[in-house]
This record gives sequence, structure tokens and C-alpha cells, in this order.
Amino acid sequence: MTQRFTGTENYVATDDLKVAVNAAVTLRRPLLVKGEPGTGKTVLAHEIAKAIGAPLIEWGVKSTTKAQQGLYEYDAVARLRDGQLGDERVHDISNYIRKGKLWEAFTSPELPVLLIDEIDKADIEFPNDLLQELDRMEFDVYETGERIAAKERPIVVITSNNEKELPDAFLRRCFFHYIKFPDDQTMREIIDVHFPDIQKRLVTQALEVFYELREVPGLKKKPSTSELLDWLKLLLVEDMPVDVLQNRDPTKAIPPLHGALLKNEADVMLLERLAFMARRENR
Amino acid sequence: MLLNFLEELRGAGIRASLKEHLTLLEALDSDVIERRPEEFYYLARATYVKDEGLLDRFDQVFHKVFHGVFSESGEQEYSIPEEWLRAVTEKFLTEEERAAIEQLGDWDEIMETLKKRLEEQDEEHHGGNKWIGTGGTSPFGHSGYNPAGVRIGGKSKNRRAIKVWEKREFANLDSSKDLGTRNIKVALRRLRRFAREGAADELDLDATIRGTAKQGWLDIRMRPERHNAVKLLLFLDVGGSMDDHVKATEELFSAATSEFKNMEFFYFHNCLYESVWKDNSRRWSERIPTWDILHKFGHDYKIVFVGDAAMSPYEIAWPGGSVEHMNEEPGETWLKRVVDTYPAVAWLNPNSQRSWEYTQSTHMIRQIMNDRMFPLTLDGLDDAMRELSRKHG
Repeated sequence: MTQRFTGTENYVATDDLKVAVNAAVTLRRPLLVKGEPGTGKTVLAHEIAKAIGAPLIEWGVKSTTKAQQGLYEYDAVARLRDGQLGDERVHDISNYIRKGKLWEAFTSPELPVLLIDEIDKADIEFPNDLLQELDRMEFDVYETGERIAAKERPIVVITSNNEKELPDAFLRRCFFHYIKFPDDQTMREIIDVHFPDIQKRLVTQALEVFYELREVPGLKKKPSTSELLDWLKLLLVEDMPVDVLQNRDPTKAIPPLHGALLKNEADVMLLERLAFMARRENR
Repeated sequence: MLLNFLEELRGAGIRASLKEHLTLLEALDSDVIERRPEEFYYLARATYVKDEGLLDRFDQVFHKVFHGVFSESGEQEYSIPEEWLRAVTEKFLTEEERAAIEQLGDWDEIMETLKKRLEEQDEEHHGGNKWIGTGGTSPFGHSGYNPAGVRIGGKSKNRRAIKVWEKREFANLDSSKDLGTRNIKVALRRLRRFAREGAADELDLDATIRGTAKQGWLDIRMRPERHNAVKLLLFLDVGGSMDDHVKATEELFSAATSEFKNMEFFYFHNCLYESVWKDNSRRWSERIPTWDILHKFGHDYKIVFVGDAAMSPYEIAWPGGSVEHMNEEPGETWLKRVVDTYPAVAWLNPNSQRSWEYTQSTHMIRQIMNDRMFPLTLDGLDDAMRELSRKHG
């Protein structure tokens, strides 16, 4: 692997992130990424795939997801039914084996990037059940006696929102990176990447509003990078003049087009209340 | 050198193992990074630290071990900025420093020394070290050492505050303890409400046999898998007047960890304020904002406070009333926020129920909890669990 991940034209990677990604790519260990929602954890996998020109295999984890589903599933029920109906397919057990994402990744003709998204959503045993498979990059299919082994270890990116603790044994096998909430400078770079021709003044004003909003205590869901980008897009589409943002007074606490930033009714209410209080104090 | 680093990390409570160490060596061997201290720092961090809560501690250890190295070996195109090092070392009082301060003995002197230190720290902090890894603006709650929080006025008002301060040692509640917890387990089990939810992915054998017999062909019936739906957040009061009850609390605690899959515990002192902590020995360095907890855990979580609720009424009702730091909002506000957020809340009080009447603070907290305070006895637990598993709106 000679290519180094240095971020892409659409993704601003900080130095520490680059090192973590390169270490994971070179040694082919899973990279565990944590961070606030909306800081680009999932996007990272997409961008790694794009940067090294590999196909991306996404495995979105839900609370009902089982580790086995990532390997393969044997549809015994379908086979039973076929057996009752006298279908010919029933004689070959492999007709009823459905490949999972890990299988797909192991046997992919090209070296893929495997994204295991939101691993903490699943049951607490889920990561433990994948230990061996991720470590050796191989597993057995008991029904057919086959062994599926990766020709080349795929690049594995795992994201977590920290809803559950992950087991130690699992963590030991990963590289870890925590995506901090970007500081002002990084945020500008990110905006620059996404909206190259946006006016500097608009960015400055918008960022001010944005960080101020993040400081408001009691928000149920603080706006994050992805929301900021959406909002800026809207501001651009609506051709919002800069001074709308600039001439904000505290009595109008709600920024224009707030729907992109605040996703929660209670949060909008909270801001309205704050504005109301500010008006009352000014009187 | 690197082995020494590993030792130090383990000493600081970062559970790095040989496995990680070998990974690091392998990575160094395969030239993942350019040969710069900065890159090495990032690599080591990604290899050893698996929890963002430990990042700051890693930074401290890294500084301690490698401080001399990079300047001596002369390969420092990019040495680590000095302010950062200073900021890291001064961010917290070390154990030794605390011991030294305590040896000074006199309360005022303690306060004076502390205040001086904090002023220094404050300047450092505002100096703008936004160094990667320390976690942004306010690296964990050293707010406990906030100058205002020391509350020089607290001396005459609250005798207990000094006692707690001098002790400093908060025994970590031990969850491995199992003896004598059996009866509490029985009560806690009431909270386990086996609910069938989720996708139908388990074969219902009985229904299948019934269905097959009735229909005359194989009739597969599925049902949702059984799993414990109870999620619990446990807030434990440690230190101060609770020391007498630590044993009782410990028993409950060790029972609880083995009962629930989704259980998180947090510690607080006397009353709930803007932050709590998870590890008692690092209660100053690793604080979790209470807001984060309110936002992170859904309303279906059940809340259990364990505390004696015996404190000065100021600690509940007044901003700045806390005995150990400057709280901007009164404890009452925080308790109410929790009560408002989660429908299922109970407060377990280890003091005997008869003594509740005589403590004003107990009365206040009981009111905030809407009378959901229960004694820490088997019966009390039973009642508390029944209250928690009641259907809430």
C-alpha cells in the first residue's frame, strides 16, 4: 500500500486522523471512529474508499442486527417450505445460504473498504461475536463445510456513537480515533471544501451564529457540521444577504432558516423563550 | 523506552496491553508515519487509547515519558510546544501536590495555595492552548478546583466540607463484592421486565406444533426474541455524610451491575449538579456534564438515585451552595431536570425512614422527587422497583 490517505477534495482530515487512517490501512486493522453525531464518521469511510479507489461495502447495524448476519444466513424456513412443495432446489443447501456483508468483503475481487456503521446500536455481544472473524478475516460455513477466508484483508472502518461500552478484547484489535468537534479554523476549511465561492463575510457571520447556537444551554440536539453545511447551502440557495445575519439583535434569537440547524421542536421553543426573555429584559 | 511508556500508561489507568504494544511496533516497522514526534504521538494515541475519556490522561503520560527524549535526540523538527506541556502538567494538581498541600494543615493556607495555583492555571488556559487531544475548551471537570468553588465562606457555614476535603480519599465502590447481596438481588429482579420486542426472529416451537397439527402442513410460527428491556441509570452519592452508608450502597451497586444489560452508573456528591463522574479516583479529572446524560439517554431509562439526602439546605436550593465547587445553578434545578426528563425516578435513602422527618434537606429532596423516596431496605427496594416498573404515561 503506497497511497497515503491525506483527505480528499470533499473531506478535510486533521493530521491525527490521517495518521490513524494510514495506520489502519497499512496494518489492516479495523479503525474505530467515535465522535459527536454529524462530525463525519460515516463519511470518513466513504472518503477513504474514494481516496484509495476501493469499493465500499456498508453494513448498517441496527439494534436487531446479529453478528451472524454479517457472515451468512441459512434460510432453513425457506428450505423446509420448498421441501414440502417438492422444489428441486432443496437438494442443494447452498441455495439457502445468503451471503452477509463480511462474506462479500472477504471475497470481493477488489480490495474493499468495509464500513460497520454504528456498531454500538447492536446487542452488547455483537462486537465479541465478530472478534475472530475480524482478527483472522476468515470464517467457516458450517452448513456446507466451506471456509471463507479473505484473499487480502479488507480495510475495516467501524463507527460508534458511544451508546454502549465496547468490550476490551474488541478494542484491543482496533485503532481508535475520536473526531473532535472541529474548531473555527478547521470548520472554515470544511466550508471551503463544500462551498468554494461562498462569501467570506457570510461564512464569518454564519459561523458566529452557529457557535453561539451551540453554546445555548439545554438544546436537545446541538447542531453539528452536517447541519451547518445544510444551513449554508440553504442560505446560498435563498441568496440571503449577509446583513440579515449581521444585524441580529438578541431579541430575535432565532436565526433565519433555522429548520436546517435545529431538528427539534423543543429546541426551537427554547430559543423562542430565550428571545422573549431578552425582549422583556430590554424593556 | 517504549516498554517504559507502556508501563506508565498502565500505571495511569489506560488499559493498554502487549497486543497494542506489538501493533505499535509493527506500525513503526512498516513506516506508517513519517519520523516526527508529532506523528508518533498520533500513532501511539490511536494504538493505545480506545476511549476519548482517556485521551487527556494519555497526553499527560506521553509528556512525562517523552519530554526529555525529543529534545535530547536532536531530531525535533517539530517539538511539542512548551505551553502545551506546561498546560498539561499544571492542569491538575497531582497526588503529591495534594498531599503537600494537605500537610500545610491550615485551612486558609490550603485555600490560598490552591487559589494561587488555580490562577496560574486559569491564565494558562486562557492563553489559548487548543492542543489536540486535550479535548477542546475545558478538559474535564477540574471545575472542582475552581477558585470560587473553594468557597472560603464555607468554612464557618459547613463543618463537613472541611472534613471531606481533608479526607480526599474516596473509596472506589467495588462492584465485585457479592456476599450478602443476594436479598437485594431478589428485589432488584423485580425491575427486570421481560418484554418481547423487536423482530420476530425466534422459532415459537409450541405455536408451530399447534399450527402444524391444525393446518396439516408445516406451519412455522416466529416470535420476537426475549430480552431484558429495562434500562437503568444509577446515580450514587459518595463521600461526606454518605461514608457511613458506603457499605450498603456498595451492596446495591454490585447487585445492580449483574442484573441489567443496559445500566450506567454515575457518582455525585450530596446533590446532583452540572456534572457527575464515573470513576471515583478520578472524580476531578473526568467529569461528565449532566446535560450530556440528559441528552444521551432516552426517556425510557429508569433513574435510581442512592443518597442519604442529608446536607445543608443551601446545597439544594442555592446557586454556589455546593460544598466543593461553585455551582452556577442550584442542585434543585438539576434534580428537577432529571425528574422532568425521566418519568421513572426513585431515590433510595440508606438512612432509616424515621430520621427523614428531622432533616430539612431530606424533606426537600423528597418533594422534588414527588415523594418517590424509599428506604434502602428490602421492603423499600420492593416499593421502589414497583414504582419504577409502573407504566408511565
